[in-house]
Order: sequence, then structure tokens, then C-alpha cells
Amino acid sequence: MIAPVKKTYAYYPGCSLIATNKAYDISTRNVARVLGMDMIELEDWNCCGATAYMAIREKRSFVLSARNLALAEKQGRDLVTACAGCYLSLHKTNVYMDEEPKMREDVRKALKAGGMDYTGSVKVRHMLDVLVNDLGEEEIKQHVVRAFGGLKVAPYCGCQITRPFGDIDDPEFPVIMHKLLSWIGAEPVPFLMTTKCCGGMLMVTQPEVGEELVGRIILAAKDKGAECISTACPLCQINLEAYQAKVSRRMGKDCSIPVLYFTQLLGITLGLEPRNLALRDNLTPTEAIIAARSA
Amino acid sequence: MQAVESEKVKQTFLANIYSIPYGERLAECQQCGTCSASCPTGERMDYSPREIIAALRAGLLDRVLETNTVWLCSSCYSCTVRCPAGIKFTDVMYELKRLGNDYGFKSRKSPTAKMAKSFVKTVDRHGRNAEGELLVRYYLSTNPLSALKQFWFGLRMMLRGRMPFLPHGIKGRNDLKKMIQAATEGA
Repeated sequence: MIAPVKKTYAYYPGCSLIATNKAYDISTRNVARVLGMDMIELEDWNCCGATAYMAIREKRSFVLSARNLALAEKQGRDLVTACAGCYLSLHKTNVYMDEEPKMREDVRKALKAGGMDYTGSVKVRHMLDVLVNDLGEEEIKQHVVRAFGGLKVAPYCGCQITRPFGDIDDPEFPVIMHKLLSWIGAEPVPFLMTTKCCGGMLMVTQPEVGEELVGRIILAAKDKGAECISTACPLCQINLEAYQAKVSRRMGKDCSIPVLYFTQLLGITLGLEPRNLALRDNLTPTEAIIAARSA
Repeated sequence: MQAVESEKVKQTFLANIYSIPYGERLAECQQCGTCSASCPTGERMDYSPREIIAALRAGLLDRVLETNTVWLCSSCYSCTVRCPAGIKFTDVMYELKRLGNDYGFKSRKSPTAKMAKSFVKTVDRHGRNAEGELLVRYYLSTNPLSALKQFWFGLRMMLRGRMPFLPHGIKGRNDLKKMIQAATEGA
């Protein structure tokens, strides 16, 4: 057994991962455990100040975000989240506070009203970035017990991991998820829709718009022969997996395809049991994916 | 809308935009249309992103805000990363969403606006989002009967233990309220 240097992070689950998308939280924690990472949940974290909040109240959204940054600063570790939406909100607040002195001052004043402060020392990271760039190919491959035998996967990154800053990878055609998938024996298909928007909230509020956006993504994946889609965001996951019957009707073509979090795909090859990846939570069938591992 | 009022909206908009990092770049728009071509929902908007900037310059921002246009922006940031003038158009859209809401334009009646407002209320109450409560608030503010259309979705989610009913509040709720209060006063 290899004894790697233990990497310790402050972990931010986010509201979605403790409710409708628990499978992402469970698979993230278990994958991290097997890979020897120490994920210490941020004590008493709050809403990241998400897109929906930002669209109504700007400064308050930054303050919500910054309270989490302040909590992470006390821990003195990188703040890691698996939710793409939380990642963007926290990261954007961090960058804007750094670049805009007036905003920084306002936000710090508000934090101090509640007995906290943030000086700007935290680094906000996405789980995909941490796995690929901190652990890397060698370390992940060492832990793979049964790799896939060329399972064709559409790597769907979504909007909010590489945009707007493009600091992890190319903002439009990132290959970060492709890399990870290839390390675990999967074959990432050429997928130009990798950062095209799934519509986010529009799936609920204006389904006629959301269904078409999702339909285009799924059909592009199927067109390239993908056997499943890999996601890195709870909202992408739910939009792609939960409405496939409606989407098929709208597009006039079969849009059914298994959709899994990249942490679940990774976990399957690390030898984690289905329950440790909450595969039962998925609304699309995952049996064929588990069976796609080489002997 | 009166011309005077329209001018006031424009001035508020510009003042707010200029306080966001790179906001002043808005003046650099050359009307190339890269934003409109990059937008995944642009074809469904009454005014495309390029047209929104043209409307602002013509003093016709109120016409844009009388439609659902701004709420079709799903914050994918495609326009932002492609704009050759470096305009952060996603941030412009956020500002327009808030402006339409604060000044009582028709854009605030978009179902997506109602979802966002339900979200703010839920988070302000618990410090976190509670998806069950969010959906109840949303359907009550729009069309409660339309919730029935989501029956099968809700049932499938529930069968997999994915429909939470109880909110997880945070311990530091009172301090967070003070912070939100301070941010609101300073706004």
C-alpha cells in the first residue's frame, strides 16, 4: 500500500449537495477518502450567494459568499467544493474582493457587523481541479483497482467551472475532465458541447427553453457514441437526467442516456461499493456502467 | 415611461455598473454582435445582448426591461469570455435583472425572477437554501396548479430520498442576519 502525503482541504458541500444531490456529496467524500485526501467540512457554512441570489441582491450575495471565505481563512486551507455553482460564486467573490478595493471594504464592513472578517488569503478550488492537478495521473492510477475497458463517456464540464476566469483550463474547450476519464480507462468522446449551458433554473421556470438546451447536449453526446454523460455540477446532473422523457418528446428523438457525476465514475474504478457512491439515487440506469469495467 | 424617469434608470444603471470590476468597459462596445451569437438563449430574447447595449445608448433601456429578456440569461458567461472589448456582459445582465426588479418594470414578473426572489427569501431565513421550501414559495408566487405538472418528477425524487422537506438552518443565523442588514444599509 502506498502512503502518500496527506493532502488536507476545507470542504464546502453546498445546499444542493446536502439535499437533492446527496449522491455527489457522498461520492466526493468517499473518493477523497480512498485517495488519501483529508476533507474537513467547513463548520457552519452558509449559502454561497448563488446566481439566483446575485440576480436580486448584489452586495448581500457577496457578503454571503465572503462569510464562507472567512470561515475557511480561520482553517488556513484551500476551500474545495464539488458544486460548480458554489465554486463560481465563492471564486468570483474572492477575485472581485481582490480587484475592487471599494467592494472589499464594503464586504468586510458587513462581515465585521457579524463579528467576522476576511483578509483574502483563501484559494477557492473545484474538486475536479484538485483531483487532476494536486493528485495527478500517477497517484490516481495507483488507486484504480478495476479500470473501465474503454467505456465511451461524454465529458460535460458545464459553464461555471472554467468560465468566466478560465484559470483551471480553457474557458470553452477544457480537457481537464477528459484527462481524468482517460486515466480511469474510459474513452472521452470528442464533445464540442462540453461547456454549453444546460439552462440552469430555466428547466423549471421556462421548460420550453431548458428542454431544448438539454436536448442539444444529450443528442450531441449520443451522436458521438457516448454510453453515458459525466457531469461536475448538481444542476447540470439533475437537468440532464431527470427530464429525459420530456426532452425526448420535444426533440422528437430518443434522449435517454445514463448521467453520472465524474466522482461516481471515478469511484466505480476505485472499487467503491455502489452504496458508497449513492448510485441508487441516480434517475438513469447505472448497471451497464459498472459492468463496463475490464476484467 | 417618462423620458426623465428613463434617464434616471440609465444613470442608476451606469453608476452601478461602473462600481463592478471592468464595468467601465461597457463604453468600448463596437456592436460586433459576438455576445448575441454566443448566447445559448439569445434567439429567444426580444432584445439580443448586442441590442441591449444599443438600447442603453439610445436611452431606451426601459423597453428592454418591459420584456422577459434579461431573465433568459442563465449566467453561462459565454459572452463574457468571448467579448473582444472585455465587457463582462453577464454582470451587465445581473445588474439589469436587479434594476428591473427594483424599479418595478415588467421583467420582474418573469417566472425566473419569481424563482430568484423565492430563493432570496429562503436563504435569508435559514442561511442556506432549502429546496422543498423554495419550490413551495415559487409555485405559490406563480401558478400553484402548475406544480401538479411536476408530480411525477417529485415522486421519482422522493422514492430515491432526494426530496428534502426539512431545512438545515445554520448556527450563526443571527450574526449572518446582522451582516445582511449591514450590507443592505450600505447598498
